[in-house]
Amino acid sequence: MNGLDCWVGIDLGSTTTKAVILDSEGAILGRGITNSRSNYDVACAVARAEAFVDARFALARRTLEADAELAPRTELLLPVIAASFAEAKHGAALDALRAELLVAARNDFYKSWQPALDRVLGEIVDEMEVRAPALFVPGAERKSDFFRDLASSSFMQLSEEAADPGTMPQDVLIGMFDKAIIKVENQELEVSFEEHVGQALDRLLEAAGLEAGERARAAELMEYAVGMPLQERAHVGTGYGRARLPFPKASIRSEILCHGLGAHATFPSTRTVLDIGGQDTKAIQVDERGIVTGFQMNDRCAAGCGRYLGYIADEMNLGVHELGPMAMKSTRKVKINSTCTVFAGAELRDRLNLGQQREDILAGLHRAIMLRAMSLLARSGGVHDDFTFTGGVARNPAAVRALRELVTENYGERKINISAASIYTGALGAAIFARRAEDADESTEEAAA
Amino acid sequence: MTETVPAQRDASMALQKKILGEHYHALAQAPETGAKTAYTFVPGNLTELIRSFDMLPVLPEINALQSGMRKQSGDFVREAEKLGHSEDVCTYVKCDIGMLKGGNIGPTGEHIPDPDLLLLSYTGCFTFMKWFELLKQEYDCEIAMLHVPYQGGGEITQEMVDYIVRQLEESVIPKLEKVTGKSFDEDAVSERLALSAQAEEDFVYVLESAKHRPSPIDGYFGGVFYIGPIFSAFRGTQAGIDYYQALRSEVDARIAAGKGPVTPAGEVTDERYRLVVEGPPNWTHFREFWKMFYEENAVCVASTYTKVGGLYDRGFRHDPSKPLESLARYCLGCYTNLNLPQRVDLISDYVREYSADGFLINSVKSCNSFSAGQLVILREVEERTGVPGGFIESDLVDPRYFSAANIKNRLESYLQMIEQRRQPVGATG
Repeated sequence: MNGLDCWVGIDLGSTTTKAVILDSEGAILGRGITNSRSNYDVACAVARAEAFVDARFALARRTLEADAELAPRTELLLPVIAASFAEAKHGAALDALRAELLVAARNDFYKSWQPALDRVLGEIVDEMEVRAPALFVPGAERKSDFFRDLASSSFMQLSEEAADPGTMPQDVLIGMFDKAIIKVENQELEVSFEEHVGQALDRLLEAAGLEAGERARAAELMEYAVGMPLQERAHVGTGYGRARLPFPKASIRSEILCHGLGAHATFPSTRTVLDIGGQDTKAIQVDERGIVTGFQMNDRCAAGCGRYLGYIADEMNLGVHELGPMAMKSTRKVKINSTCTVFAGAELRDRLNLGQQREDILAGLHRAIMLRAMSLLARSGGVHDDFTFTGGVARNPAAVRALRELVTENYGERKINISAASIYTGALGAAIFARRAEDADESTEEAAA
Repeated sequence: MTETVPAQRDASMALQKKILGEHYHALAQAPETGAKTAYTFVPGNLTELIRSFDMLPVLPEINALQSGMRKQSGDFVREAEKLGHSEDVCTYVKCDIGMLKGGNIGPTGEHIPDPDLLLLSYTGCFTFMKWFELLKQEYDCEIAMLHVPYQGGGEITQEMVDYIVRQLEESVIPKLEKVTGKSFDEDAVSERLALSAQAEEDFVYVLESAKHRPSPIDGYFGGVFYIGPIFSAFRGTQAGIDYYQALRSEVDARIAAGKGPVTPAGEVTDERYRLVVEGPPNWTHFREFWKMFYEENAVCVASTYTKVGGLYDRGFRHDPSKPLESLARYCLGCYTNLNLPQRVDLISDYVREYSADGFLINSVKSCNSFSAGQLVILREVEERTGVPGGFIESDLVDPRYFSAANIKNRLESYLQMIEQRRQPVGATG
């Protein structure tokens, strides 16, 4: 079987690591994302592996859609396979979490809580396992795609129920979780795509969603999609951790260029790009070719970046993905000037003590972040049509709402582009650079020949 | 190349180190030799006049930046903050105050004597006045103040020159006479000005050598060493002349050999980016900062910081035939005394004259004199020259304000942007 050429872009952000795979036509074949945390090497490997699994789904889709008989069944088959895969992955991570929790509980410091501690932790994970399948019913709404977020939200709830102030404080349990989750995130979990395709098809057959003949045909097609060799021709890395990538210098690009190009590829009329990532905010101007003509970044202070929202979420015992929706419920305007990450908690408690509502405070915080971004945009040359907003914070509806308001107030009506995959913009730009660099090399070789 | 490998240096650098060491030593000996000292600032300094009275100049900014390069400034700054100086105050000031409070041990480890005269020529920087106000509380000594009018209108008028000359005659010179007990000797000043002009010729030759391709010098990171003697205590001295002659022949040899600038890690052999830089460098991480440039083969061909002690490359020379007027014009013409349109003109001219690929602003947190208006300069120069501007932020001598990851990120992005924009229209890389 002839393989499929592909090009990989990796964006090692301070919070998340993203990978994008392009095919020879420049179409996106796969995307992967993981928490960066402390280990960039693992994050890079995990995001890349995820992107390759995602690429298999893309191939599966292409194969199914090209098949006269099964094309109409694509939307039935793929979500089931995807859900099955996601569930298996979640299950493997829960196994790892259980093991790491027990390791953490071995620490002498927690001796006085034993043996109850082991038992309670075991029961919590048992219950998490029971609840897991509901998260992966095709079409189910999940608050996040990160294991950390999903596990953390159910662990918080279950540990609260299991805790008893006298015999088993919740602090102790949460302490265990904090230690264990980092270990789990730093493991590369082996989950085979092939295995889950088979399981998913069997399940569909059982559920009578698929006829036996179709099952055989689908298995054959999936085998093709699974077996197709993916040949990585070149890769380019970007993002804060790019120096850690085991790539030659020529394969490392600045995230400014990658975001500019990625935004241009997604929305070709883009002239201004705002990217708000974990620890920096970038305002970028690009020309009609996606070439950066100017940019401004925040200085060494990360006030008003994604990480700020992370701290706020921690302070409120919420997932970072829950902040935006909560802020959207705001009914009163609260004005906040400080976006100092260090003082985020103090600011929040102070406001709560004043009797302000969480929703209103959060909306005020989102606006404060966007005010910082507006200053960078102004310094970089303003906001021009089309204006594209990228980075993790672009997925936050309250941030987007505040940005829209401020852009309109300051620059008038602007077309604002936000892609559902905006967090991958930098990785996409990197992948395009990888593809182009190789084109350039080839044309040089041809010229030399 | 790791930092443990000894840095490569030109012979002229060793010479500079020697004369600078000798100067600090002479200062340390002052109590024994009876030499009088005048504390004064670099922009608009009156070195020839001071030296004509056999006084030794002490330049607090130079002490501060030397302390910064020798990793001593962080402690000094913190010491000053303990005394109540706010975080936003110019870090040169805090470094100086901290050094003073710690016994006034200079960067070479020798004691710096108390001033006999605080000679304030406050050129373009209003903090200078506040700085000496603080020093005044510490020392019981004479004070002379020279007010240098700002070039708000973008030119030096005869009235401005006359105004300064009158101050020199009526206030500064009498103070110098009082402190030293000597009489003003105009011929002695003229003799020194003639020596200055000679060194200034060679200095300009060195700066302008960067118009060559490849540039034999780095006009910013190397440039801050080249300005050392002429901006500080060595104008009007034979030591100054010797230094610039040595430097000039070194540069000539580099041009003849087609060589690039010397960096701590060796020569730049593949000049890839030619940059004009605006703003002072960071001193606390000077080598790390420089490395970010030379690792990318970026050479600074011209800089404004090397003009804070005079715009010799725009034609100014000290003139022995009109000593006081010449000193007045010198004070008026320093870079920090230029208005924004003049700064824009100058940078735009540099971009063209030095065939630069871009110009970069290092915006210094605690220096409003430099930083105010820099974003306007950025946009204006971009518009006029068509080359891209870059913007990074650090500080003079407060190590806490240097974020290596952030600066490197911005600088690399900027250089890659220049590279990307070099691609012909239609190309996609």
